[in-house]
Amino acid sequence: MPMVRWLALLPFLGMLVGPFFVNRVAPYILGMPFLPAWFVAWILITAAIVAVIFRYDPANREERE
Amino acid sequence: MNAALLGIAAAALLALGLGFLAGRGRQMGLEQWTVAGRSFGAPLVFLLMAGEIYTTFTFLGGSGLAYGRGGPVYYILCYATLAYVMSYFLLPPIWQYGKENGLYSQPDFFVSKYDSPMLGVVVSLVGIVALIPYLVLQFKGLGIIVEAAGYGAIRSTAAVWIGAAVATACVMVSGVRGSAWTAVAKDTMILLVVVFLGIYFPLHYYGGLAPMFAAIEQVKPGFTVLPERGESASWFSSTVLLTALGFYMWPHTFGSIYTARNTRVIRQNAVVLPLYQLILLFVFLVGFAAILQVPDLRGPEVDLALFKLSVKPFDPWLVGVIGAAGVLTALVPGSMILMAAATLLANNIYRVIHRSAGDIRVLNIAKLLVPVIALVAVYFTLQGGQTIVALLLMGYSFVTQLFLSLVLSLGRNRWVTREGAAAGIVAGVVTVAAISLTHATIGTLFPALPVAITELNVGIVALAVNTFVLVVVSLGTKFVTARHSLPVPAVDPPSRPA
Repeated sequence: MPMVRWLALLPFLGMLVGPFFVNRVAPYILGMPFLPAWFVAWILITAAIVAVIFRYDPANREERE
Repeated sequence: MNAALLGIAAAALLALGLGFLAGRGRQMGLEQWTVAGRSFGAPLVFLLMAGEIYTTFTFLGGSGLAYGRGGPVYYILCYATLAYVMSYFLLPPIWQYGKENGLYSQPDFFVSKYDSPMLGVVVSLVGIVALIPYLVLQFKGLGIIVEAAGYGAIRSTAAVWIGAAVATACVMVSGVRGSAWTAVAKDTMILLVVVFLGIYFPLHYYGGLAPMFAAIEQVKPGFTVLPERGESASWFSSTVLLTALGFYMWPHTFGSIYTARNTRVIRQNAVVLPLYQLILLFVFLVGFAAILQVPDLRGPEVDLALFKLSVKPFDPWLVGVIGAAGVLTALVPGSMILMAAATLLANNIYRVIHRSAGDIRVLNIAKLLVPVIALVAVYFTLQGGQTIVALLLMGYSFVTQLFLSLVLSLGRNRWVTREGAAAGIVAGVVTVAAISLTHATIGTLFPALPVAITELNVGIVALAVNTFVLVVVSLGTKFVTARHSLPVPAVDPPSRPA
């Protein structure tokens, strides 16, 4: 398995382990309490991570017609 | 007829029109009807997959949950995001295998992998028991939306009948293409409506996000994060994980995987779909905005938070647009569920009984079953009652029980037997039902455990029972067949390159 695919584990850490440590209201980020802001940040990071995996995954190059 | 009703009627007609046009000029064989001939590019697959997430549950339930329970609502944001990450790895092999073996439905996959039509029947039954309440929920939501957005001019009963008729007609004529093209209209509208409302309400009522959250914090401290007890971080993480595992196990979601043109389309969508999750944030903001503005909603009324808030400041035509978007969010998933349920019954149950039935016969049976299933759902919708809510809560846990035997069938080294897979699924489903009916929690089952564990989602117990039974029965059947030294075609030959 290509090494880059292991990055996919990070969103699970951020969203499943994260809440145990960041379950708080302050500080507010962009007007949002910290916990929802944390999740929004992780959604953005997740999209970026999957994009990186997509870019470097050899599986996608083989299939390009 | 008032301006709001006009918008809603237009939405229904639009859905009907798109649904009919979508299948035009195509020979509707079983493969066209169920999986659109495996021809969809990234945009349509995206809309189908997104179409399943943004249901009336998201629209009404998402805002209602933010309004009524606060912080725990974020679990919706997280589970789908993680499911999309998994989809990058999980779906391409499923698609590949489906293409090579000409599969149409989710049970087909189990039938083929485990070489057991009976396992297909088990999976179909689990799917149907989970799908019907989901369909009822869509119809119920549709009724609520039309009644609220039409200022009571159309009773929800009438709306439910009309909605069911529209969905039935679209599905019978165009199959999955109808759902996909209606989804184009639906997602455009819902995107505009939800983003607008999510920005407008906090600004209009509070002057911005920060003042809104500060005001909520004053009245209900800690409401916008997870509580210390009950729906705590333990509950949150375990629920997110379990729901993410079950995400693609819904028969209609699984079916939409097959519509993709190639696996690249699926991987591409795994990049974009997490971003689409952010729309949910705006739904939550509407619910949060309602907390201090319409403070007295109780029980099932919380689902009306969005509409109660909208009817106050907006002109009827704008309420109509919101209602129209709401109607479409019920019709798209509703039609997909109808089609999936009909396909399961015709392709995986009827065909097992009548082995000689060809594709054309199966397709005709499936089409005939669409109105039957719609009628059953309408019956439960109008009959009301809490049973269906209980069933729905069980539904997600039911389909999650399919995850294990699915994933274990993908690997090269296949030690799970068909008996093991079936026994595991049945054991898991029975455990879910027992837990739900007795309202057990890990705390009541094992009171001695620390709080961090007792607040885990009780679905974990069902999955553990499922795993245990699957392993024991698989090893047991392997052992017995080995002793009798029969040739064992328990699973298809593992020579397939992964």
